[in-house]
Amino acid sequence: MADLTTDFLGIKSPNPFWLASAPPTDKEYNVRRAFDAGWGGVVWKTLGAEGPPVVNVNGPRYGAIWGADRRLLGLNNIELITDRPLQTNLEEIARVKADYPDRAMIVSLMVPCDEESWKAILPRVAETGADGIELNFGCPHGMSERGMGAAVGQVPEYVEMVTRWCKMYYDKPVIVKLTPNIADIRGPARAAKNGGADAVSLINTINSITGVNLDSMSPEPMIDGRGTHGGYCGPAVKPIALNMVAEIARDAETLGLPISGIGGVTTWRDAAEFISLGAGNVQVCTAAMTYGFKIVQEMISGLSQWMDEKGYTSVEQVVGRAVPNVTDWQYLNLNHVTKARIDQDLCIKCGRCYAACEDTSHQAISMSPDRVFEVMDDECVACNLCVNVCPVEDCITMEVLQPGAMDERTGSVVEDTYANWTTHPNNPSAKAAE
Amino acid sequence: MLYFGAAAWPVCGVRMRVAQARPWPLHGFKAGLAGCRKHCVVDFSAQEMSICRVTVGGVVLAVIAARANSFAENHYFPIACFGGRPPVQGAVSRKRVFQKFYHLVRDADLCSTIQSSQRESAMTTPQRSDGVQPGRLEPSTLDQNFRDAYPPYDAHEAVVAADRCYFCHDAPCITACPTEIDIPLFIRQIATGTPDAAARTILDQNILGGMCARVCPTETLCEQACVREAAEGKPVEIGQLQRYATDTLMAKDIHPFKRAAPTGKTVAVVGAGPAGLACAHRLALHGHDVVIFEARAKGGGLNEFGIAAYKSTDDFAQRELNWLLQIGGIEIRYDQRLGQQTSLQALRDAYDAVFLGMGLTGVNALGLAGEETGHAEDAVDFIAELRQAQELGALPIGRRVVVIGGGMTAIDAGVQAKLLGAEEVSIVYRRGQDAMSASRHEQEHAQRKGVRLICNAAPVGIEGNGTLTGVTFAYTEMQGGKLVTTEDRFTLPADQVFKAIGQTLAGVPDGLALDGRKIAVSETGATSIKGVWAGGDCAAGGDDLTVTAVAEGRDAAEDMHRSLMG
Repeated sequence: MADLTTDFLGIKSPNPFWLASAPPTDKEYNVRRAFDAGWGGVVWKTLGAEGPPVVNVNGPRYGAIWGADRRLLGLNNIELITDRPLQTNLEEIARVKADYPDRAMIVSLMVPCDEESWKAILPRVAETGADGIELNFGCPHGMSERGMGAAVGQVPEYVEMVTRWCKMYYDKPVIVKLTPNIADIRGPARAAKNGGADAVSLINTINSITGVNLDSMSPEPMIDGRGTHGGYCGPAVKPIALNMVAEIARDAETLGLPISGIGGVTTWRDAAEFISLGAGNVQVCTAAMTYGFKIVQEMISGLSQWMDEKGYTSVEQVVGRAVPNVTDWQYLNLNHVTKARIDQDLCIKCGRCYAACEDTSHQAISMSPDRVFEVMDDECVACNLCVNVCPVEDCITMEVLQPGAMDERTGSVVEDTYANWTTHPNNPSAKAAE
Repeated sequence: MLYFGAAAWPVCGVRMRVAQARPWPLHGFKAGLAGCRKHCVVDFSAQEMSICRVTVGGVVLAVIAARANSFAENHYFPIACFGGRPPVQGAVSRKRVFQKFYHLVRDADLCSTIQSSQRESAMTTPQRSDGVQPGRLEPSTLDQNFRDAYPPYDAHEAVVAADRCYFCHDAPCITACPTEIDIPLFIRQIATGTPDAAARTILDQNILGGMCARVCPTETLCEQACVREAAEGKPVEIGQLQRYATDTLMAKDIHPFKRAAPTGKTVAVVGAGPAGLACAHRLALHGHDVVIFEARAKGGGLNEFGIAAYKSTDDFAQRELNWLLQIGGIEIRYDQRLGQQTSLQALRDAYDAVFLGMGLTGVNALGLAGEETGHAEDAVDFIAELRQAQELGALPIGRRVVVIGGGMTAIDAGVQAKLLGAEEVSIVYRRGQDAMSASRHEQEHAQRKGVRLICNAAPVGIEGNGTLTGVTFAYTEMQGGKLVTTEDRFTLPADQVFKAIGQTLAGVPDGLALDGRKIAVSETGATSIKGVWAGGDCAAGGDDLTVTAVAEGRDAAEDMHRSLMG
């Protein structure tokens, strides 16, 4: 069985599965249950400055979208940071860390954007014995209206400034949690690095309205007939998170900056994908909120089995393996030609490929009176839509045309060489191949 | 069986204070059940197995062990009860009972053991007495036996089932439906929370979509064509979904169609069965005035008289008929049999057009001596009588019943005989099982209910002198492409025989050309007489299904409309 032990910023944990700063990590009781269930670490629910705690709404805090059979696909929340006294949280953090010394204990923080506030709270956090802090620059709802959370994360200068204060007044690792509610995620990531961050974690939740109540004409979740945008998370946000993680992993300015991957991690496979795109570990929330803490068992066994099958002996070996293959569109090989192939033995004759291609694509699939569906190579642009809409896995696949073969659509012979847009004759700014 | 008019104790919460090893008198158990609302059944006839079952509605709730040789003393002690309650005091754990005994109580062999022990028992109960008798089962058991065979889906079940539909292009299920309902569309409408719109999609094509959802052999029509049947042997449950949609709409008493402006044309429809009703509704929709002439005192045709009760519960055929009539412009005149109270000529004289949908009123005979005596009856009469019975317990049924035939009628008669309390029911068919016109699904339903299917055997003699005692069959085989009987014979003891070997067209009006033994019709139902159309079982072609009759009635109505307005 592969060794899942991870060393993230010098913080060791028995596996790369941490619980993200969120409702599941708000109290000692929950966190003990999480550690007992096998989670490698937790990021404690965000603490605020000393003083009267924030208050939460007393109506629904969550909204959701569902797939068939009410399978939860996306969750949205309007909960704020911890609404319990600072001292209570700090005492609990200290107790739990003392009892679970082998687990990672990170404390999430969000205080007003001034040096004094950060200077005040950091020593108190240090006293708990926690392994590090995570700066919550991400929450898009509520706190951002008060100049915190995403309001900071959306301004790279603020990100850099606050990170620098934290590095000044705190001597353990500082992780900066980034908001995805921004045009280019690399900006705040670079700022964090410039401020001295030890790592970034992403993504925080995405601004969202999960739906509209068509009877009351109110957004969901609805509080007394009105609603506000909340933070979206869960399986639905994973593709967005993967891209943002990859963007930071492959950016020259942030190269080597450790990343804690967050966003819709639901299974071991999701975790493996984040790690391969450069995350040193992953943080999970919605999956635990949907199914309970026990899911970590599947994540551990699944990741371990996959690593064994692939011959990886440590998580470290997987980190960033896919990053070199993430590139810009302009560098994709235009001489790589594929054609859809329909396995007639697997085909169940539903005709979805035909409808999709005929109605919305390139009219490259024929349908016979007895419902035999075949690809017409002279029309197929290899868009992959038929593969994606086919309900039978591996029934439609993309076959790579070998060099020398004729592409019947273009009438050209497939070339052996790599050629991309930068040198393509149709590109006005193409440079002649040297 | 002993029956107690009381609820299952796990349901009502009665505790039995019986130590595991202490003998437990049966009357104590009876007392423990007193005052409860539902009926509980204790089956202690399997004493040689040392295990008895307590069931409610066919669900085993408890296993009771009979101590060795204790049957005479009525001594039992409970082992466990199922159904969510903890085992009774001192009993072994539920899990262990499941492990040890569950396969026993489910085992079909146990059922036959019970039956044989019942036979050998000196005790007589209504179920075990010979002859044709009413009241073989308690009313509560009859209620359970004849309730909805396939209970309707609730909203969530429907949405989950609907999600399995792939929304195929030019979907094969549509082609397979005789009424060509746009199945992917109505299923998507269910999936998106608009079952009323789904119902409209169904009813546009098939005004009796509610009944067809219940009685269609979907396993040989739409669901057989479903690509998921090909892919994984588990089709989208189209029939159940159709029922969900149509039931939802009908429960709101919404009739989603509006008559066109009156045309002044009048049409006579003969028969208020599926073909006649579909035809009448479509004609009324187009603004014609329709009068239906129905031979019986009640409408619905085979929907009302010819299918098993458990397929059409809660008087559905009449409810659907009344709902259909909300279109307006349709009058039904009852007790009007063609050739008796009215005639085709009279109708042609009085109306602008005539549609014949009177079905098949003749019944084939076996052609055996003794067929007219004793309890040799037509299965269609038995089914009709059962459907109209106010009290199922009053219906006489044999202890040993033989059904001759291989169609849906044979299955419906055989299963219902069993459900009425017949101890042994055999359906005997002269050809191989694959040739049965009853679908495999129906055959398996019968077998699950304990009906025995015997194939390749033809009746050659009715036994008994005045009183039926059995039927003698000869095995058959194919010789030179022809079915012949062999000398290999056997006799099934029987108190009652149901004949289900087909129905025939009777009382064909003069002048109508026939095609074989049915009325010859064009593709749109036109007969050889101008101004007269026909559809349903009385017309040639088709396969004697409700859904086919609906399609034929509908299409004839469209042709009549074109002709009337031409």
